[in-house]
Amino acid sequence: MSPRTSIEEIEKIGVEIARVHAREVDERARFPSETIGALRELRALSATSSANELARACTVLAQHCASSAMIFAMHHIQVWTIAQHAGSSKELADYLRNVAGEQRLIASVTSEVGTSGDLRKSIAAVEKSTIGFELCKKASTLSYARHADDLLITVRKNSSAAANDQVLVLALRGDFALSELGVWDTLGMRGTCSPSATVQATGAPWQILRDPFGEIATYTMTPISHILWASVWLGIATDAVSLARALIRARARQEPGVTPQAARHVSEIVAQLQLMQDQVESVAGEYDALIRARDRERLASLSFALRINNLKLSASRLGVEIVTAALGICGIQGYRNDSPFSLGRHLRDALSASLMINNDRLHETNASLLLVHKGV
Amino acid sequence: MTALLVADAESEIARRVRAVLRDHAQLAIDPAALRVQSDLYEAGMTSRASVNVMLGLEAEFAIEFPDSMLRRDVFESIEAIVGAVEKLGHSP
Repeated sequence: MSPRTSIEEIEKIGVEIARVHAREVDERARFPSETIGALRELRALSATSSANELARACTVLAQHCASSAMIFAMHHIQVWTIAQHAGSSKELADYLRNVAGEQRLIASVTSEVGTSGDLRKSIAAVEKSTIGFELCKKASTLSYARHADDLLITVRKNSSAAANDQVLVLALRGDFALSELGVWDTLGMRGTCSPSATVQATGAPWQILRDPFGEIATYTMTPISHILWASVWLGIATDAVSLARALIRARARQEPGVTPQAARHVSEIVAQLQLMQDQVESVAGEYDALIRARDRERLASLSFALRINNLKLSASRLGVEIVTAALGICGIQGYRNDSPFSLGRHLRDALSASLMINNDRLHETNASLLLVHKGV
Repeated sequence: MTALLVADAESEIARRVRAVLRDHAQLAIDPAALRVQSDLYEAGMTSRASVNVMLGLEAEFAIEFPDSMLRRDVFESIEAIVGAVEKLGHSP
């Protein structure tokens, strides 16, 4: 996002464009090109220096179309990662200027067939070639693959490196070929268009980020991913609560003086939503402060890793709980697909949350961290 | 053979650290063949395995790592681990 992009302008795109196309994007499982196009025009794909600001933008967009918001979030996770780890590379600084100038969309290729969803393991390796490097990776999900300008890919450092000895490689449009292995037909988040695909890429040595991926994951990719994903789920839950409140208000107007029975449940989900909001804001704020202070020690600490993982775990759970409770409040009006209070898409989109880095895996990681971590 | 010679010349603590690594680090290679400066993460130690290494070290040396020392760099090489164990009062 450029410094001039305001949250009001993002909101306008949400209301006037994302919401208008959301239903059809979901039905047809197609890329939300209108929304991403409008964000490009607003120059909202440029790098920014505030995780909190990005988080707010993701929440605002997700209230209208969660797939658009998740694409926006995933793109910004890649931009943020490159910006944090560009170091003194002149080429990467130039590249970030091109992202801003040309509003290039970057997709992530971190998943791989055969690694059971473990971000910190790769099978594919980058190989040196006469011009720089080449690689071939079979990704189990590649979000908005066909619509991205560039890709950020995890691979092993070389063909004899261990599975977790990874690097992050930037592949530029024109230098990679995709072959999709099937279609993206899922329960929710259908507009993210994330089929399995094989990627073949070549490039110059500067496109291999110098920092080991282990460090990039700890300091940058995991925190920013969990913050922005949680912000998207918060947006879905916020809209579900708005719909439930609107329905109860309409009922209250029919019978002034009588508080509708379901109003008590509205009070419950508003309290839950507030909990979710507070957690997202507080973690995003803390992360921004740590980045500003360059506090690498705290960023790499177990207590921060636990905090970041817990944000993902609780936001993914709360999102589904809130939407489910909103559905209970709206009743048949929420259950119908043709009602203005329809919550089917919200629920289907929210259910993806526990799968994005499986919650079971995160609980296992946290459980093992808690064996050695002594504080709270 | 070289590895054995290196091991002979090193401290008791380093030898015991290598034993903990052999039991818990799940490295792609035998820890006896590692140089003291070798990056353990590059040698294949995952974050999960590093937790088991920490627990193994706490048991082996009867120490407790304070939270401030539970960092990636403290466990990145045999040399770094030996330094940490010594810092926690286990004299060579």
